[in-house]
Amino acid sequence: MNCIVCVTSVPDTASVIKIGEDGKHIDETGIKWIVSPYDEYALEEALQITEAKGGEVTAVTYGPQRAEAALRDCLARGAHKAVHVIGGETTLGDSFTIAKVLAAALKDREYDMVLCGFKGAGTDCGQVAQMLAELLDLPHVTNVTKLETGESSAVAYREIEGGQEVVEVPLPFVLTAQKGLNEPRYAALKGIMAAKRKPVEKIQVADLGIEEGTDPFTVIQSLELPPAKQAGKIIQGEDDPKAAAAELVKLLREEAKAF
Amino acid sequence: MAGILVFIEQRDGEVRRASLQALSEARRLSDETCAVIAGQGIADAAAKLGAYGASKVYVADDANLALYSSEGYTEVVAKAAEAAAPSAIFFSATALGKDLAPRLAARLGVGALADVTGLAIEGDALVATRPVYSGKAFVSVDTGGKRPQVVSLRPNVFSDEEVGGSAEIVSLDGLSLSIRAVVKEIVATGGGELDVAEANVIVSGGRGIKGPENFKLIRELAEQLGAAVGASRAVVDAGWIDHSHQVGQTGKVVSPSLYVAAGISGAIQHLAGMSSSKIIVAINKDPDAPIFKVCDYGVVGDLFDVIPPMVEEIKKLTA
Repeated sequence: MNCIVCVTSVPDTASVIKIGEDGKHIDETGIKWIVSPYDEYALEEALQITEAKGGEVTAVTYGPQRAEAALRDCLARGAHKAVHVIGGETTLGDSFTIAKVLAAALKDREYDMVLCGFKGAGTDCGQVAQMLAELLDLPHVTNVTKLETGESSAVAYREIEGGQEVVEVPLPFVLTAQKGLNEPRYAALKGIMAAKRKPVEKIQVADLGIEEGTDPFTVIQSLELPPAKQAGKIIQGEDDPKAAAAELVKLLREEAKAF
Repeated sequence: MAGILVFIEQRDGEVRRASLQALSEARRLSDETCAVIAGQGIADAAAKLGAYGASKVYVADDANLALYSSEGYTEVVAKAAEAAAPSAIFFSATALGKDLAPRLAARLGVGALADVTGLAIEGDALVATRPVYSGKAFVSVDTGGKRPQVVSLRPNVFSDEEVGGSAEIVSLDGLSLSIRAVVKEIVATGGGELDVAEANVIVSGGRGIKGPENFKLIRELAEQLGAAVGASRAVVDAGWIDHSHQVGQTGKVVSPSLYVAAGISGAIQHLAGMSSSKIIVAINKDPDAPIFKVCDYGVVGDLFDVIPPMVEEIKKLTA
């Protein structure tokens, strides 16, 4: 069973976000780039499937040169191959362009499943996988927290508000992984060494017949930090917690009208 | 601006409040608001939508649409879009809306703006504001002149408003439903508890509650406030509560009108997930906890001493 895992590089979730000079993108100075945490669940699931059933895991990313680090990380954790579509400097958050690039990159490959994280931690769109599925004319299941993979179909448990949908889907299909699906492994030293010898196929985005930036589907006008919050009212409750609780409830009821 | 088509989500024939919020926002932005609804036995739900400003409701009532299907529902909305020729299509950014909107957008050959928290009209197009990096920044974004503009609206940010009126019901026929991913059943989890993603009030517990058994304290306060129970990543990773309760950058990003953080110090990832809440309350022993920097009201004290009298006070006031 061959699995494609689409990964994206995002700023470490502990990053402090600063606005770049153009006022439209983040200041990348000092940013540590990591594989988006949700993509780690997708990769882990693909590794477990191929370990149980045979086949290969191919990690695919669309991004600038630095994005190769994400692919090396996937290879170190056990992915067999990697494909780097080089580009994407100017298309931050343009989900449909990303989906088109990935669809073009996957078009002639053979696979039984395409796995993605349920959103890129940062752009927080959560759209590429569904668009990719539509472009490849495949069914999709998002937000998956449990997967049972058979020979020609799978049962995916999809998290919704207050419950789970149990979805039966034929292979091949596109899924997005949610936290809870599995426990992602770390790369061991041996894997990191082995990753250095594994191939990374490089494709220029123009070679896929896609011209970047000329026909965007989403256009960023500005990026801003949220307005600074005014200092809140702090009640000292160590000596008399009961009085503090009463004061808090009174403020919430009368001043904030919160309940 | 020109017409807006709003996808209306229902579960068991009950229209989701988040969908009414999207419909009301569409009515505020446009003089020409239509709705589309899919399911089985949904005539009553469809009839209600006129009161929220829809002038026309496209209805796809079909046994194959009784439960959600991305492919089936995409077909329905695409058909309605063909009939209504709207300049924008709204969804609510629920689990369903977030699944459906991008597929529909790709079907129509356009992009989509996800989980927006603000909408404005510039010229004859919508400009959306949406949080990125889980709310550490906000981006203003448009669709570069492409139509229709597909947008999903974050629940609980826009208000629903009954305005009276009735809608013309249009039945959508001739659907070609080829559904490969089939929802076999819906399993309720969490004993029917309110989900943080759609709650208007959330009470969250963190490491300060010391053990899973003490979530009962959080639950008691939540119950008094009609709130959902949230949690920090630390306690989810420790296995004290299911991850569906996790609020933060790798959990759910929420914007309730009241968020109470008890025993949560406020890691940057947690703050990102809840900082756009309208009123934030922090209860923590450590006066230097970062959560106190973002809260509107804070109590420095032991949550085990503060929460029980809070519960009593609220009981008194709401009795």
